[in-house]
Amino acid sequence: MAQQLLLGDEALAQGAIDAGLSGCYAYPGTPSTEIMEYFQASAEASERGIHRQWSSNEKVAMEEALGMSYAGKRAMVCMKHVGLNVAADGFVNAAITGTNGGLIVTVADDPSMHSSQNEQDSRFYAQFAMIPCLEPSSQQEAYDMAGYAFGLSEQQQLPIMLRLCTRLSHSRADVRTAASKTAQNGLQPADAAARRFILLPAIAKRNYDALCAKQDTLVASSEASPFNRYEDGADKSVGIIACGIAYNYLQEAFGGKCPHPVLKLSQYPLPKKQLAQLVASCQTVMVLEDGMPFVEQMLRGPLGNDRILGRLSGELPRTGELNPRLVGKAFKLELPAVTTLSPLVKIRPPRLCDGCPHINTYDALGEALKDFADAKVFGDIGCYTLGALPPYNAISSCVDMGASITMAKGAGDAGVFPAIAVIGDSTFTHSGMTGLLDAVWENSPITVMILDNGTTGMTGGQDSMGTGRMAEICAGIGVSRDHIREFVPLPKNHAANVQIIREEAAYRGLSVIIARRECVQTLRKKKR
Amino acid sequence: MKHDIVLAGVGGQGILTIAAIIGEAAVRQGLHVKQSEVHGMAQRGGAVLAHLRLSSDPIHSDLIAAGSADVVLAVEPMEALRQAESLSPRGVILANARPVRNIGDYPELDDILAALRAFPLNVVIDAEQVAQDAGNARAMNMVMLGAVSPFLEFPDDLLATTIRDTFARKGPEVIAVNLKAFAAGREAGLAVKR
Repeated sequence: MAQQLLLGDEALAQGAIDAGLSGCYAYPGTPSTEIMEYFQASAEASERGIHRQWSSNEKVAMEEALGMSYAGKRAMVCMKHVGLNVAADGFVNAAITGTNGGLIVTVADDPSMHSSQNEQDSRFYAQFAMIPCLEPSSQQEAYDMAGYAFGLSEQQQLPIMLRLCTRLSHSRADVRTAASKTAQNGLQPADAAARRFILLPAIAKRNYDALCAKQDTLVASSEASPFNRYEDGADKSVGIIACGIAYNYLQEAFGGKCPHPVLKLSQYPLPKKQLAQLVASCQTVMVLEDGMPFVEQMLRGPLGNDRILGRLSGELPRTGELNPRLVGKAFKLELPAVTTLSPLVKIRPPRLCDGCPHINTYDALGEALKDFADAKVFGDIGCYTLGALPPYNAISSCVDMGASITMAKGAGDAGVFPAIAVIGDSTFTHSGMTGLLDAVWENSPITVMILDNGTTGMTGGQDSMGTGRMAEICAGIGVSRDHIREFVPLPKNHAANVQIIREEAAYRGLSVIIARRECVQTLRKKKR
Repeated sequence: MKHDIVLAGVGGQGILTIAAIIGEAAVRQGLHVKQSEVHGMAQRGGAVLAHLRLSSDPIHSDLIAAGSADVVLAVEPMEALRQAESLSPRGVILANARPVRNIGDYPELDDILAALRAFPLNVVIDAEQVAQDAGNARAMNMVMLGAVSPFLEFPDDLLATTIRDTFARKGPEVIAVNLKAFAAGREAGLAVKR
């Protein structure tokens, strides 16, 4: 047994290595990125021949992992919460096909939206797909759950969701790792005779019935789970359901001596037995959960229930992540005095790095569009979203991966001219190419600017599948070579770059401008 | 023993290096550690924060409750003030006096320094100058680590040894500069601790 200081993300990754993982598939996204990065830096993962390359997007990653599971080996797919929206088709249907080798779907939620556009709660997806969800309360549990989840997956022949959230993903703690390691599964593809991976309606119906029939077993598994625990307490005026890391905030608030009965909840579906005991023996029930009021809503029901307390009843804030003080307040505990925030303190938002190529691109774009009073610029997900802030104030939208091109097309269809899309190279290969194909088909009057910095910059510089091949990809999709323009975003090229943007913005058809210069962060790393 | 430490600054100032060295030292002491970090978008020149908890007993929360930090340590003065709500009434606030003015409405520096010096236990030093005198202005995070060291219950040489190991790959010159910056910062901290 060894003791290591690991991020929650890293603890899970090491746990998966020790539990016989054969491959990890992922697209970078805060706060999940460090899982794949751990595999890539791990000598042990290399020795064991574990697959550890980035995928083009989360859907692709999900299906690649399912393929590895089909082949009989243990696989993991990792993404941030909004990545599961992209992967949802494969994810939901993997519950219908079922799995062969163990399959863990790791999803890292971002309550409080530290680096995200919403705070959706992935537990809803697990419930929707009717599969078990594990939610660690500590880095140690994240480590331990990897092996447990693979076992449960192979026993139930279902994918298992492992839900992390920012505070656990990005916090380090001392983790004890196992002395003995599990060997990888051999190659043993799913039995062809069973045909369960062919989701023709006749087979899918049978599979779906089987999935429904499994639900009681999954509840029983939650009731027997080593990660769910009923802790009795003398003061039954309130019973507490503490989900995932909310359990830690509860312990912190009461100094480790909570007088109330507590259901520590880390495996779903809800463990009926322990839940019934808590509800029957306590006057009220307080639900502590990071993310959305998932458990609380189920217990309250649509008509409401005064006995159920939490985010919906107002004891806790409806949005944002929990912390020990908020939990203490919910129980009306005595709290230390707090210095109020000095009015001297101003907001310090993130900004584009000094020397960033996007700065030069936005400078050129801003100047070129002075000639076009009706121009609209549709942004996308990446560092260049910071172009929304002063001094650039350059974009009108930022919604989801790839939406710059498709929203520009829709707005162009409606008559907006010029409609400009601004998208990074990695986001383009993630979800921009399919939208561009629509624009090719109709020769839509839009200008797509691909800001090619040769990496996935926002998440720290991960490999991007299309690096250096943007022009070829666009030409291959069918964009006219005459309207694929390239420039190097540097101050010395400013006047020429402005001219290129002006010409293509004025063109009443599809054009692509590739602004290509390497990210200053990855350049700096290489020079080290 | 227990130390709850809030670390703050601006992206790129080396906050996570300070956290890593204290965390590593704590692990060598056999202490429990939890260290919550900010990754991702906020690192791009924005306000950066880490919560570091060390204890001889198991630690529950990854976050330090507002009003209960033993130490707020910031490599930038306005960022120190931003995290003041974490500080316990008995806690110490340490700040580098050198501002990072990457926003348009940065307040009067003298007002910020006066607000910091109003805390009962405070260490406000020009860490950049001290680091420059030690040989490299970039070692200002080591000056701040030195300044906080008298407030941590560690054996005398533990942090210095950990600094030596942390920078081992970068050669003896880098180690020497960082140790010198650490020692100078430690003097400033000791002056307040006494």
